[in-house]
Amino acid sequence: MPSTRDLRRRIKSVKNTSQITRAMQMVAASKMRKAQQAALSGRPYAELMNDVLSQVTSNLGEFSHPLLESRPVKKKAIILVTSDKGLCGGLNSNLLREVAKLDPDRNTLYITAGRKGSQFIARTKRELTAEFQYSDVPAFTEARALSKFAISLFEEGKVDQVDIAFTNFVNTLVQKPTVFPFLPIGEFRSFTGDVKGEDMGGALETNSLVEYKFEPAPSTVMGSLIPHYLNFVAFQSLLEAKASEHSARMVAMKSATDNAKQLIKDLTLEFNKVRQASITQEILEIATAALAV
Amino acid sequence: MANMLTLEIVTPEKKTFSEEVDMVTLPGVEGEMGIFPNHIPLLTQISSGEVVARKGGQDTLLAVGEGFVEITDSRVAIMTDMAVREEDIDLVKAEEARKRAEERLQEKLSDEEEATTRAALLHSLAQLKVKRRRSPNH
Repeated sequence: MPSTRDLRRRIKSVKNTSQITRAMQMVAASKMRKAQQAALSGRPYAELMNDVLSQVTSNLGEFSHPLLESRPVKKKAIILVTSDKGLCGGLNSNLLREVAKLDPDRNTLYITAGRKGSQFIARTKRELTAEFQYSDVPAFTEARALSKFAISLFEEGKVDQVDIAFTNFVNTLVQKPTVFPFLPIGEFRSFTGDVKGEDMGGALETNSLVEYKFEPAPSTVMGSLIPHYLNFVAFQSLLEAKASEHSARMVAMKSATDNAKQLIKDLTLEFNKVRQASITQEILEIATAALAV
Repeated sequence: MANMLTLEIVTPEKKTFSEEVDMVTLPGVEGEMGIFPNHIPLLTQISSGEVVARKGGQDTLLAVGEGFVEITDSRVAIMTDMAVREEDIDLVKAEEARKRAEERLQEKLSDEEEATTRAALLHSLAQLKVKRRRSPNH
């Protein structure tokens, strides 16, 4: 039977842990609200941009752009957006498992945003080309640096395809690992299309296929629209990843706090039992001693 | 309806405007453009300036940043980095922002910073322009 002193010590340590996890839960909850807001409000813009570009690129006619051309894929690159810190449940490991599945023969270049991703690449001895950081409130410039690097890799012919892997935010309890095609811009897939639940602020209806006129020339408009689109995809991915991270952390920390509470309850019960047993023991000893006299 | 236009203005932060209007005036990069319903499909760029949405003789003014516009026969969709309705513009704040941006531009900046600051300056100028148009005594 454990001694009361050991039990008391354990209860104290569990209590301390639960205090920490509760504090982390509170912090994550407040950050979560902001991050979710940012991710959700970026969606209508992302949707509209996607919509327009898919319309336009399907009817380009003569015009072409280097970033639109697909070529045989010899080498692939993946932009891996993870969190910097752990303690957020299965968030990163789910995404990394998904990514590892895509790259069984390890012939992929990695561009990471977030430390967890870099650690994974180093641990599994995959090829890391660049490591980016993004802050708690992702800034557009951070996304621009990321996409600029990916675009240059693609333009120099070092890679023939770039995907971006991040965790898509569905709701507080559900985050979905997603791999989204980044370059070349060919097939358009709705950025948030497979995410249900949250209102995207009214989906914009798509028109039937039409041929667009450009003003100024197509090369000018597309020349600035395409990089802007890519920057924005990168930006939205960072926002989604942040929203997912804080939600996952909040949930993980909440369950940790709940577990600690249960543990304290069990240990206290145990402690009381032990204490009672030792008191009974003492009384018995005194009673028999008195009898003997 | 074919004789109305749906004007949508979307920024990365939110959907600022989504209404049926009779006519839209845009600050195109090559000059102002007036868009009526049944326009041919057009994809164009805008520079920062003012967007005027006319509905039943009533004009709604908005200050917008640089961006892209998709025009179809029944819809005008503006994607921009800033969009503020006239009534939401804070003249004092916009004036302060303009001064700050102008001062920043005097300093030595990297290309990236300079582009951001210049964009901020254009944003505040657009807001000021929209506001002044309605109340010239400012």
